[in-house]
Amino acid sequence: MTISTPQTMYEKLWQSHLVEEAQGETPLLYVDRHLIHEVTSPQAFANLRFHNRPVRHPERTIATMDHNISTRSIKIDAAGEGAANQLRALAINCKDFGIELFDMGHKNQGIAHVIGPELGLTLPGTIIVCGDSHTATHGAFGALAFGIGTSEVEHVFATQTLRQNKAKTMMIEVKGHVGAGISAKDIILAIIGKTGSAGATGYVVEYCGEAIEALSMEERMTVCNMSIEFGAKAGLIAPDQTTFDYVEGKEYAPKGDVFEQAVVDWTNLKSDIDATFDAVLTLEAKDIKAQVTWGTNPGQVISVDGIVPSPEDFSDPVEKESCINALKYMGLTAGTKMTDIQVNKVFIGSCTNSRIEDLRAAAGVVQKYEGQQVVDTIDAIIVPGSYRVKEQAESEGLDKIFINAGFEWRLPGCSMCLGMNDDVLAEGDRCASTSNRNFEGRQGRGSRTHLVSPEMAAAAAITGHFVDLNA
Amino acid sequence: MEKFNTHTGLVVPLDIANVDTDQIIPKQFLQKTERVGFGVHLFHDSRYLDHAGTQENPDFVINKPEYKGASILLAGENFGCGSSREHAPWALQEYGFKVILASSFADIFYGNCINVGLLPIKLSETEIEQLFKLSPDAQLTLTVDLPNNTVTCGELSFKFSLNEFQQYSLENGVDSVGWTLDKLDTIKAFEAKMPAWQ
Repeated sequence: MTISTPQTMYEKLWQSHLVEEAQGETPLLYVDRHLIHEVTSPQAFANLRFHNRPVRHPERTIATMDHNISTRSIKIDAAGEGAANQLRALAINCKDFGIELFDMGHKNQGIAHVIGPELGLTLPGTIIVCGDSHTATHGAFGALAFGIGTSEVEHVFATQTLRQNKAKTMMIEVKGHVGAGISAKDIILAIIGKTGSAGATGYVVEYCGEAIEALSMEERMTVCNMSIEFGAKAGLIAPDQTTFDYVEGKEYAPKGDVFEQAVVDWTNLKSDIDATFDAVLTLEAKDIKAQVTWGTNPGQVISVDGIVPSPEDFSDPVEKESCINALKYMGLTAGTKMTDIQVNKVFIGSCTNSRIEDLRAAAGVVQKYEGQQVVDTIDAIIVPGSYRVKEQAESEGLDKIFINAGFEWRLPGCSMCLGMNDDVLAEGDRCASTSNRNFEGRQGRGSRTHLVSPEMAAAAAITGHFVDLNA
Repeated sequence: MEKFNTHTGLVVPLDIANVDTDQIIPKQFLQKTERVGFGVHLFHDSRYLDHAGTQENPDFVINKPEYKGASILLAGENFGCGSSREHAPWALQEYGFKVILASSFADIFYGNCINVGLLPIKLSETEIEQLFKLSPDAQLTLTVDLPNNTVTCGELSFKFSLNEFQQYSLENGVDSVGWTLDKLDTIKAFEAKMPAWQ
């Protein structure tokens, strides 16, 4: 009998993907699935061509058009010539290198981090990479998933591996149960508010505790999606029956006996009871309230029943300075009630919050306002994460609920999360956004972003300001 | 990738924490399919007063005459946070930067810098603070010696460390893809043992 050292889930994923750890070299890990899109792949393909190298496993690679596509038209040039060039380049590259592509209007098209899970491309126990920092989303399945740069995209294309230094591990336990009306977005924003925007740099985070176990897969994806927003390399949630039930039967997921064997393997992925983490953070779920960001990084966040903080509230000189700069950029005065902040734009979408449950939650809030309309001065858009989400929402009549209330019902894509297409905010616009980043200029030069849940965004569209829905 | 050995250059101090990749290279400039053409858009929203980028903002530190030609960026903590866009290090490199000094970097950005041959150096908060205090007097020149892992500035000298393989790769301009392709048999042996579902 051998006595093995207790391992965290991250260590198990690491060990099961370690191809080689040669003396003097960074460890080499196997990559199971590579998601690509039009923005971060063209230069990688160009280098492959230059060196006359093939894509080693085109069948482990899936391409989608998502970052700079129009949400008004499926025409490839509908979001401008620059975008069209990249989209055409992706189509040519995929054809030349034998990669399956979900192009404009394809039934499987959508945001990479929405389609991976819904198609069963995302599996527990795998390593998934993509040239996009929100790849952390797939960690909701117990997959080690992280964003990579274009040089690494090229490395994965050519070798199906990556060199990675081992990260430290952090356990974030959310004890007990959240109150009614508290969403997964509130949980992750509350976590980031506690750690600060770089609190997990150098770590892979594992989320656990009753409040996490109680989440659906879509909610878990929202949590893991924002791991990068406090610097984490990746976020993980142990796969359980909720996970297996979600994966089973999905188009690309294993079937029959292979699936049964997979579930046995996946069940063993969870961190061993005595495993030790380099850092531990504990939150009480009952203390988590609905969250809104007030500043220019996701760590600058507060409960909706709170007030805009003052620089004097921060003892750390860097945080104090950041607060001064953020208030100036955001055009906010310390002491203002969060519920008094008026918005003129609402965006419901992005890889954080564009799945069917997000749209149901937003539609539910719209219905609670019984026939009230989006405020005249507000442009509110709903951008489903994928064509499958869009189709499902329409089959449930959610599109009608939104359209009748004065929202625009758009085509899938990354849209206003980063505004690479024409869904851009103007200078001074203030947006209630379900996306993941409130950086200066993120949604448009001089624009002001407040990150919120889909419920809060829907309520802001109808009332014109942030609302404490649980008051 | 070009080899990196030693570099002496002018330092420009950008004393702001959490400079994200959206600030380094805003999204509207990511629509190129080549690796070039990003330098002119570096720090666009801070660097230019207008959308088109025709009017330089004279208050932005990089635009100040005394920092023209700087090749070393002295940055605040958590530099490069946000997206995985390698366009950020490409833009910094094309502008003329060879080295970035900070007390901390975001993980993906740090790796991207190494992969393109732009040297990210982590120093302690105290050391970075010392350099920021010296730099407003302008014309602060530093020498970075990669083989010896030192940053020297007059009488000041700081040590830094890099992961062994990253250091080797930068010093030797290693083609990392070619390096790994030489191990294809090892990768194939690994694949042969993978479970069916994987």
